[in-house]
Amino acid sequence: MAQKIDPELWSDDAQPHLMGGKLPSGEIVFPMPQGDAGRDVEPYKLSRQGTLWSWTTQGFLPKEPYEGPGSGPGEGPPDFQQFLLGYVELPGEVIVESRIVDATLEDLKLNMPMEFCVVPFNTTHDTFAFRPIGAQKEQAA
Amino acid sequence: MTENVYIVGAGIHPFGRTEERSGREQGVFAVRQALADAGLEWADMECAYGGSAAAGNADIMVNELGLTSLPFTNVANGCATGGSALVAAQQAIASGMYDLALAVGFDKHPRGAFNAKPSDYGLPEWYGQTGMMLTTQFFALKIQRYMQLHGISRESLGRVAEKAFRNGTVTPHAWRRSEIDLETIMNAPMINDPLTKYMFCAPAEGGVALILASEKKARELGALNNNGAAKIANIAVRTRPPDSFEVFQAGVSIKEGGKPTVLASKAAFEGAGIGPDDIDVAQLQDTESGAEIMHMAENGFCKDGEQEEWLANGWSNRDGKLPINTDGGCLACGEPVGASGLRQVYENVEQLRGRAGERQVAGPDGSGPKTGYSHVYGAPGLSAVAILER
Repeated sequence: MAQKIDPELWSDDAQPHLMGGKLPSGEIVFPMPQGDAGRDVEPYKLSRQGTLWSWTTQGFLPKEPYEGPGSGPGEGPPDFQQFLLGYVELPGEVIVESRIVDATLEDLKLNMPMEFCVVPFNTTHDTFAFRPIGAQKEQAA
Repeated sequence: MTENVYIVGAGIHPFGRTEERSGREQGVFAVRQALADAGLEWADMECAYGGSAAAGNADIMVNELGLTSLPFTNVANGCATGGSALVAAQQAIASGMYDLALAVGFDKHPRGAFNAKPSDYGLPEWYGQTGMMLTTQFFALKIQRYMQLHGISRESLGRVAEKAFRNGTVTPHAWRRSEIDLETIMNAPMINDPLTKYMFCAPAEGGVALILASEKKARELGALNNNGAAKIANIAVRTRPPDSFEVFQAGVSIKEGGKPTVLASKAAFEGAGIGPDDIDVAQLQDTESGAEIMHMAENGFCKDGEQEEWLANGWSNRDGKLPINTDGGCLACGEPVGASGLRQVYENVEQLRGRAGERQVAGPDGSGPKTGYSHVYGAPGLSAVAILER
């Protein structure tokens, strides 16, 4: 299994959770604040399910510091794989920005149910994503 | 003490690409034009404020303009650099300390500029590594949700760009000077759905200078007669309030927060003592087509969703009930960050003084616009609004 893109970004449970933070006020934030800003913030396991808040496509190779396909030595725009991304609202918690997998642009609808997953990012690292609930079963079949 | 402040001189270096001039040289060009416009010499200037985002400090301009020992303050405020320079110049005169002040902004960005470093924005490295730290994505995500909630069509996005390029054809300082038809705009390569290539502005180059004067000095210069000046009715700058949704946010609050544009707009209207219905011409931040649409509502010119009808009926065209982005905006002019906000004010000064040539709008009674509104928005969530009147 590849390394996590950030060791503290999601939990190591069998059913992993994206990690946010709980402020002293009770407000849930994402990502977990670093350094002094995180001093009074408790790590908080975010819900694995939410609803789609907005979405878009990434149709061209991002520049540095992007490390996905197309960014490596000897690679370029032809090696880039387009991806979907969006915001998922985790009810009562926070709206998180994420890759969206196991879906096409046409599948995506406002407020559709989504679930957390961990996916391969490049040859060395995994990242997190959300996918429409039900999409996993179709793919496994 | 608050003195009335007038803009008595306006200069611009054409936007776009000018290989032979540095960003600062384009700023100097604009200052000389503004001085000539106002009938002043550089030695007359009492103080100056200016800057760029990527083309160096403004105070070095004295090498070219003259070593007159005036206080020259560099402004480095990201997308609000021009707006902040204008505010500083306005305050210098409103306070009664000076009678003449310069506000200048210029820039020169490399092609395809604006790649951001996560640490500069207090964000974790993974945010950039995984390809989520792109300003274009933010704009697409914001308009995508807005379209779903308020029934805005893809065609309306196209119409905004079509209008921008049409206005650019009659604007000497614009970068894009030819029309692009709706079908070409709609069928162009998708950058971030729903926004195609022609719906985004590009980083560019350019310079703008404005000369501000007290009422006493404006009268001395004869600028209060014959439409020689535009009065600054109010300027307001606001940074983001809690729980807002801005560029480069990996997490957004579930509470729907306020918007810096709404706050700046309300403050400027209150300060000027007028409302959106009183505005005759407007320049609104149009980083991409969707931004112009959303900013029409955020600045109070229509309700959410009404933009569909506005664009279908051409109400924001040069001959419409509220002409918007009469010089083609960022879409046709490009966006040299330090100069862009001042370009909007420059355009309103020209429109109010009846000097906008082929792109001059008629105003409500055919004698030209009497009020002009400009709005700039930028990272990491700030807005500046300036209301001018004559």
